[in-house]
Amino acid sequence: MRELPWPARVYIVALVTVAVVVIGRAFVREGGLGGPDWRTLIVLALLFLVCESVPTLLNVEQTAVSVSFSAVLAAVVLVGPLGAALVGTVAVLSVRPGLPLVKRLFNGAQFALCGYAAGEVYLLAGGPAAPPVDRFADLIGPYAAAAAVFVPLNVLQMAIMLRLASVVRGDQLPVRDTARFFASYLGYATFGLLIAGLWATVQSISAVLVLLPMFVARWAFGQYRAQERSYEATMAALCQAVETKDYYTRGHCMRVSKAATMIAEEIGMGGERLRAIRYAGMLHDVGKLGVPTKVLQKEGSLTEEEFAAIQLHPMRGLEIVRGIDFLDEAFAGIMHHHERHDGKGYPMGLAGDEIPEFARVIAVADAFDSMTSDRSYRKAKSPETAIAELVKNAGTQFDPYMVDAFVAAVRRHGWEPPERVPAPPTDSPQTVIKDHDDPTTPIQVASER
Amino acid sequence: MTTRQRPSRSPRSDSPAGGHAGRHVRGTGPLRRLGTVQLLLGVAAALLTVAGVAHVAATRVVDPDVAMAFGALIACGELARMAMPGNREVAPISTAAALGYAMLLDVERHAAGHSALQVIAVTAVGMIAGALPHLAVGRPPQMDAMARRLLAVALLAVVYRPLSDALYASTGYGSVQGMWWIPLGTMVVMVAAMLHVDVAIAAALRAERVRTAFRVAVRDEMRMAGPLGAAVGASGTLLALASHSMGLVALLVFAAPLLVTQVAFRKYAGIRATYLQTVRALARVPEVGGYVDHGHSRRVARLSVAIGRELGMSEPELLELEYAALMHDIGQLSLADPIPGGATVLTDPKQARRIAELGAEVISKTGVLDRVAEIVRRQCDPPGPGVPAASRIIKVANAYDDLVGASSDRDRAAAALDRLRADAGEEFDPAVVEAMVAVSGTAAAVARQRGR
Repeated sequence: MRELPWPARVYIVALVTVAVVVIGRAFVREGGLGGPDWRTLIVLALLFLVCESVPTLLNVEQTAVSVSFSAVLAAVVLVGPLGAALVGTVAVLSVRPGLPLVKRLFNGAQFALCGYAAGEVYLLAGGPAAPPVDRFADLIGPYAAAAAVFVPLNVLQMAIMLRLASVVRGDQLPVRDTARFFASYLGYATFGLLIAGLWATVQSISAVLVLLPMFVARWAFGQYRAQERSYEATMAALCQAVETKDYYTRGHCMRVSKAATMIAEEIGMGGERLRAIRYAGMLHDVGKLGVPTKVLQKEGSLTEEEFAAIQLHPMRGLEIVRGIDFLDEAFAGIMHHHERHDGKGYPMGLAGDEIPEFARVIAVADAFDSMTSDRSYRKAKSPETAIAELVKNAGTQFDPYMVDAFVAAVRRHGWEPPERVPAPPTDSPQTVIKDHDDPTTPIQVASER
Repeated sequence: MTTRQRPSRSPRSDSPAGGHAGRHVRGTGPLRRLGTVQLLLGVAAALLTVAGVAHVAATRVVDPDVAMAFGALIACGELARMAMPGNREVAPISTAAALGYAMLLDVERHAAGHSALQVIAVTAVGMIAGALPHLAVGRPPQMDAMARRLLAVALLAVVYRPLSDALYASTGYGSVQGMWWIPLGTMVVMVAAMLHVDVAIAAALRAERVRTAFRVAVRDEMRMAGPLGAAVGASGTLLALASHSMGLVALLVFAAPLLVTQVAFRKYAGIRATYLQTVRALARVPEVGGYVDHGHSRRVARLSVAIGRELGMSEPELLELEYAALMHDIGQLSLADPIPGGATVLTDPKQARRIAELGAEVISKTGVLDRVAEIVRRQCDPPGPGVPAASRIIKVANAYDDLVGASSDRDRAAAALDRLRADAGEEFDPAVVEAMVAVSGTAAAVARQRGR
């Protein structure tokens, strides 16, 4: 892990100091060790430790929310503010591998503070201490109040920490993630309530019963993630396999996918659509395989028949991927990625807004990568030149909005052009003489007469 | 009248990974013959429903509000049913709610006095109510899956309900000092037993439906149902216990953990289906490129899976087999130009081996499908030690499809089988060839021809 900047360290020291003072004061007030119910506290602390030590469900890596949250909230009800604070400090002992001491200290301190504050609020709101069985209804209101204090406090401390450690810039926590964040907090809070409510009947077994489905869910999410990674790798490998025929276009599909994703992010696509356009970028040229190699290789102008064969490739591509349900909107993107803004493209000759959004995105990404890659007939253009070319053709070939978005995205994130391609070895598969994706070398069609 | 088809080719398709829209199916029709297990299960479920509803109608509903609440939750759970990989329909929330109702001891210290028959009635009515909206939009439930869910709960209720008074007494009628360990232990043991019975029924159904060995089916069902079953069982128990202190509010809060679980499983099932769809789609790339016969990879995959099942392969193995069979010709993409005619059984063995090598290379680039790559690599090898069973299967299925293709001519199929048999031992694994004969359904035709 990188060294933390000094403000972050000062912040951590301050948090730890406050936590120690708060716990110390509570100890004195509650008359030392006689205060909380130690047996319950130890069980909850163990529970907290188990939960804390399993990695998170959420995909925002730096801001891991774990089930341990439920344990602290249950402690708020069962063992009071001091107990909750003590359970929170256990975060220091988390056995998650590779967690540096600073981070542990921060986690412990902030959990302790949140737990303590939530505990005080719970008592203020009139929550019964160590509730007997039949008073569950009295529990709900104060519990909700406690959770309502815990969560923002937790988020605030985290956010300050992240800002100070400059891991994430302020504008990089998108709203969608925040929503999911709060949803999961709400879920975990419910589990805490269940654990607390059931404690009177079956004690620690209640935690097992509540958390078993959670752990199964976590397992299933893990499986899901593994499958998804595997899926991505398979998709990439298969798309690349389609390209092996042409020495120069290797890696094209992955780069188009990346550029298309950049545009899509820039124009505010998210979630499922973003995922779909990523795959659409990868798959946009699968249909090219249906074009006979000799047509792709042909020097000079094409006959109309040969041009028709090329024009057909987006439809072929669509035909192949049609069976993949989730792509859905991406189908249109694959089908129409050679349409032009002025209506002179193929296969349908759509113009302007008639062209599906996905296709307009992919068209820009496709042309850009084609220009910035080496071809047998020319060297790669620099990204600057290629962008100038895109801007020049905005409004005729490309949707100006998408070009603007792409220019902004490249300015922000930069673009890594593919490596120089050395001259192909003589026994390699043949190469395309003309690239139909390249806007600077339009296809010439010889008239039949 | 419709002629009766072989029951083994059931319309509900037989892939290990499910999601088989629009697959070619033989033997569909309204008169699809039901399997014995399926029939027994259906009859049992219908009888139970009738008995339960009749009982409740004849006597009166004990604690109608509680019954209503649980019934509503069961209906919601049924509405949120989902399909696990392998086209297994599950409704975790519905099942957990039914379990909770079956094992209920009290609601806020008011002892629950409902009978097992009432549990059955409430569950059945709830399930039917939840299935109706689906039916209205043209998505009929899997009747046997529904029947199974009902039967499992019914079994538990019949065993548990008579004990509920005694168990409740053992807690000191819900007093604070009471012991909850005895009911808790009973619940855990009974739920575990019920889950096992359920797995056994599911396995019997599956064995019958896709013609696999019962032993293999039990293992597959265990693997599939284990984690979700544990979550459902825990939630059911939780619900029964929580009603004691929380009352019917428990129904609302308890569903939360299970909802998360269900979301997770739904995503998992979704990506599994997508994965398979994608491999299926991209396996067609060589076809579009004119490298192989149209529909070849799908036919080989379908045949391979059928043979693999006949040979007693488990579902994960079958999935690998299916992937490998779908992609067995992917290596052709690396060739400069299509081999004229495509068929690889007739091309020279060196070329075929090279295609296998290239294909394996492509697949191993994924970094995750190593075993699939190995299967594809060895697809041309003559049977011998070290050649994966899946490779031998693909070799046979591939040769068969090269000879027969999309044709449904019986004589041609029989001739192809004869040819495979003639080469069994040297070129093909004899056990695989025999399995192929069994699944191709032309064994009779072959025999007839021999007799001539």
